Amino acid sequence: MKLNKNNHRYDFPIIANWVNSNSKVLDLGCGDGELLNYLKKERNITGYGIEKDPDNWLKSLKKGINVLQVDIEAGLPEFEDNSFDVVILSKTIQSMHNTEEILNEMLRVGKQVIVTFPNFGYWRDRIQSIQGVMPKSKELPYSWFNTPNVHLCTIKDFDDLCKSNQYEIVNRLVLTDNKSVSFFPNLFGALALYNLVNR
Amino acid sequence: MTSKKNIGIVKSKIFKSLNPLKLQSGEILEEYNLIYETYGTLNKKKDNAVLVCHALSGNHHLAGRYSLKDKSPGWWDNLIGPNKPLDTNKFFVIGINNLGGSDGSSGPKSINKQTKKPWGADFPIATVEDWVDSHEALITSLNISKLSAVIGGSLGGMQAIQWAIKFPERLKHAVVIAAAPNLTAQNIAFNEVARQSIITDPDFNKGNYYGKKIQPRRGLRIARMLGHITYLSDDVMGSKFGRKLKHKNYQYTFNTEFEIESYLNYQGDKFAKEFDANTYIRMTKALDYYDPANGKRRNLSKVFKKIKSKFLVISFTSDWRFSPNRSKEIVKALLDNNIDIKYAEITAASGHDAFLMEEPRYHAILQSYFNKML
Repeated sequence: MKLNKNNHRYDFPIIANWVNSNSKVLDLGCGDGELLNYLKKERNITGYGIEKDPDNWLKSLKKGINVLQVDIEAGLPEFEDNSFDVVILSKTIQSMHNTEEILNEMLRVGKQVIVTFPNFGYWRDRIQSIQGVMPKSKELPYSWFNTPNVHLCTIKDFDDLCKSNQYEIVNRLVLTDNKSVSFFPNLFGALALYNLVNR
Repeated sequence: MTSKKNIGIVKSKIFKSLNPLKLQSGEILEEYNLIYETYGTLNKKKDNAVLVCHALSGNHHLAGRYSLKDKSPGWWDNLIGPNKPLDTNKFFVIGINNLGGSDGSSGPKSINKQTKKPWGADFPIATVEDWVDSHEALITSLNISKLSAVIGGSLGGMQAIQWAIKFPERLKHAVVIAAAPNLTAQNIAFNEVARQSIITDPDFNKGNYYGKKIQPRRGLRIARMLGHITYLSDDVMGSKFGRKLKHKNYQYTFNTEFEIESYLNYQGDKFAKEFDANTYIRMTKALDYYDPANGKRRNLSKVFKKIKSKFLVISFTSDWRFSPNRSKEIVKALLDNNIDIKYAEITAASGHDAFLMEEPRYHAILQSYFNKML
């Protein structure tokens, strides 16, 4: 099953807000290239996308995206330190195996890092867990037997990781159905967006 | 959807250069010929030309047939033609036989004006750099100031890289398939075995065999057999031939027992009849010598500094002679220079030879890339 990112584009404007105009951007797991295309239009960025799925790769190519088919689990050896203004990992971190390693690599290559992920602490997920089933939702549309997700986390979990690895959180935004959530975000937020730099 | 068509009957042309070409070896070729073919029509703006560079055993005959009786079409006929991925309804496609070749360009088989005899062993060794310099002269003679693309696989990919380095203003796109920025020791070693098998063939006569009754086929045959093994993957050989036998039971002789032996012998015989031994050893030399970064990976980024063309780089998972990691070295050096690049690693079983096959994803990528070009 392929990750379809087209359903959830409401996070694009927020990401664009955190990206300076004319930045050089690297999008890890760029899917069909929509986000990079959006940032090109809104922020006049240049950059590259990495995508391993052949169908999504071709969709990106057809949009004119500089798309590279390399495995990000192996790190980012093709990229020099600080060679990008922004490195983005949008709704992909939960399906990665070497999660910590890739975050470190992103902060090595980029001056700024944007990470977005479905919050596993969201109340709907919690209720399903209490009911004794693996959570399924708009953000997590998979069944346990076909999910690509191996490292789901909550907002609190991610905050802890940032603290222990000394990533500085410049901005954090939590969304549910396109609305910002500030009241108990780890309980009421479906999607988390982080803007990080190295401390 | 319009259906793919074949290109039909084609004819070669000759480009005669009277300007001396200074070769990398220091030798000077006072004049030379390049045989070439074109397909499709050069538009008024002259901006739809695509140069296709050939690999070790290729030539200028990319597509189409010379007559209705012609058994097989040009070597990249599955890619080039009306409505094919490299669409000759839109593009003006050019194929050139490289210097040192034996299909009509100046090479060991052609006549040395001074001696009025075939050059034979005396024809100087031409390199990738020399080829690209000679291509440029031909392209200029066609009044094309900027090529839409230069495309090549393997040794042809090296020429596309060289075009982008040497003539940054003269091409918009470089399409580099199953290539590398230089050969590894293992690759050079394979080439040396191939050369030794040819050079030590008594019929080779130090390269002077033209017009003689006996042609040097034994060494060339072995060289091709060796090459063929390395261009395929273990998996594809296994699935195609496995341990299948020619006869029901072992014969306990030195005649061919296994299907793979029979296949290799057939391929070797066929190639040795059609190809020229002097050309073969020259092509392998060009492969060995090409190294724009002088062996230093870091240098490649510096060498790529002046590149202005965009790149499409493609590798194949089962290709162990020009592995995906070698393509990634090219990708890395292009990234270091902020060059527009697309890179695909195609899952294919057929090894290095995959670049000549009609693998659906591979051709879909090329089709989409060329579609966006015009």
